[in-house]
Amino acid sequence: MKPAPFEYVRPSSRAEAVAALATHGDDGKAIAGGQSLVAAMNFRLARPAVLVDLNGATDLDYLRPEGGKLRIGALTRHAAFHRPVVEGPLGVLLARVVRNIAHYPIRQRGTFTGSLAHADPASEWCLVSRTLGAEMVIANTGGERVCAAADFFRGTFTTAVGTEDLLAEARLPLLGPNWRSGFFEFSRRAGDFALAMSLAALEIEGGVIRAARLGVGGVADRPLRLEALEAQLVGQAPSAALFAGMGEAARDLITPTEDIHASADYRRDLIRTVVNRALTQAAS
Amino acid sequence: MADKRAVTLNVNGKDYRITVEPRRTLADALRDDCGLTGTHIGCEHGVCGACTVLVDNRPVRSCLMFAVQAEGRNVRTVEGLANGEELHPLQKAFWEKHGLQCGFCTPGFLMLATGILEAEPDISDEDLRDVLSSNLCRCTGYQNIIKAVRAAASEMRACQPSASL
Ligand SMILES: Cc1cc2nc3c(=O)[nH]c(=O)nc-3n(C[C@H](O)[C@H](O)[C@H](O)COP(=O)(O)OP(=O)(O)OC[C@H]3O[C@@H](n4cnc5c(N)ncnc54)[C@H](O)[C@@H]3O)c2cc1C
Ligand code: FES
Ligand code: FES
Repeated sequence: MKPAPFEYVRPSSRAEAVAALATHGDDGKAIAGGQSLVAAMNFRLARPAVLVDLNGATDLDYLRPEGGKLRIGALTRHAAFHRPVVEGPLGVLLARVVRNIAHYPIRQRGTFTGSLAHADPASEWCLVSRTLGAEMVIANTGGERVCAAADFFRGTFTTAVGTEDLLAEARLPLLGPNWRSGFFEFSRRAGDFALAMSLAALEIEGGVIRAARLGVGGVADRPLRLEALEAQLVGQAPSAALFAGMGEAARDLITPTEDIHASADYRRDLIRTVVNRALTQAAS
Repeated sequence: MADKRAVTLNVNGKDYRITVEPRRTLADALRDDCGLTGTHIGCEHGVCGACTVLVDNRPVRSCLMFAVQAEGRNVRTVEGLANGEELHPLQKAFWEKHGLQCGFCTPGFLMLATGILEAEPDISDEDLRDVLSSNLCRCTGYQNIIKAVRAAASEMRACQPSASL
């Protein structure tokens, strides 16, 4: 199908974009990569009256480590992460995850922050942001605020970003040299959204887990961070039995969603497997 | 109805001055306004890849972009591949390796393959398969498409300076 008519505005800076979103209020909608929004518009599931195109706001196009964080501007495409973007474990983690997002041509246009603002429950970047404790920088005409990942994701396609807000930046904490990561996703076909996925990051020193991050995505209305299990991992030596036990514990902790793609029971099985595999990869 | 605007699209090195509503997708503009019907439209939601074209040398879904967004960019479509009567190495390889049957998916696959081979001439077999999994083909079973792109890769390496990512 074809999208419904809309007015098109193309601000040329972050400040202009913020002003345009304020001017158009409920009628306006930001478009970044368009890889979720245009599909929804073609189906007429979304009918914004005014499209505020962020692609001309070149001051949103940046990606750099600063003050212990990786700062990801709103025009950073998925494809930017195909190769490690920073030295150390975080760059490796992001390069490992990005290959699971959609397909190569979609990754040329889709943006990191667009994924967060869209908040598909099966979004890989949402899982990364929640698990690693990202901060989101939300701007409007009143200024900017920083929102923690724990407060950012509010449900399916729902976040802390209001209609007049611009998600200007996401900040991921850089991981020190002793961190390693693992990611495992199950989907039915290459490029499909995950039925279940897990991200694990472990800081291992002297054969012992010093710190852990563990998250599961695609199984609930938002990405889940399993802090209770993270605490159990700390102080332990990595082992197959430990990780298998974590998989089972994760399965028992989560009440998964059920849809036409998978029953709750099937997803429970998947949770056990993806958590075990992500942890095993992280420790290997 | 939103006002139409004058948009200049540069496609295969040639300027097309068209007048379109903002809601006109790049795919529709190429076909209906520029008369370049080589770019095909299947699903209109990014899944099939029939509409894949190059924008600033990167493969993108032209059904998920608006024509107004392509102004000032460099668009390349399947019509720009051959040099007069001489087929592009990828087109030749698709022919020789039976990389097509009905041909509906072929323009999309050709542009996807052109984009990836220009960016990464030495791409591994595994990565190439992964990139080619971006597009759908209902006829060939994919194996001959992979063979064709592999065959073209060596020829393109021999005759083209590699573009960087
Ligand atoms: C075939 C296909 C398969 C896909 N598979 C996956 C997958 O496996 N995993 C996955 O995570 N995604 C997948 N996607 C979606 C893709 O990753 C999108 O790029 C992403 O969801 C949205 O990013 P975008 O930049 O394209 O945003 P857009 O489509 O431009 O926008 C999406 C929404 O976010 C809002 N928005 C965007 N940026 C901002 C901003 N800076 N501030 C405020 N609001 C903003 C828009 O208003 C809109 O509501 C797939 C898409 C397709 C077409
Ligand atoms: S028509 Fe664009 S991807 Fe199917
Ligand atoms: S050749 Fe018929 S769809 Fe690919």
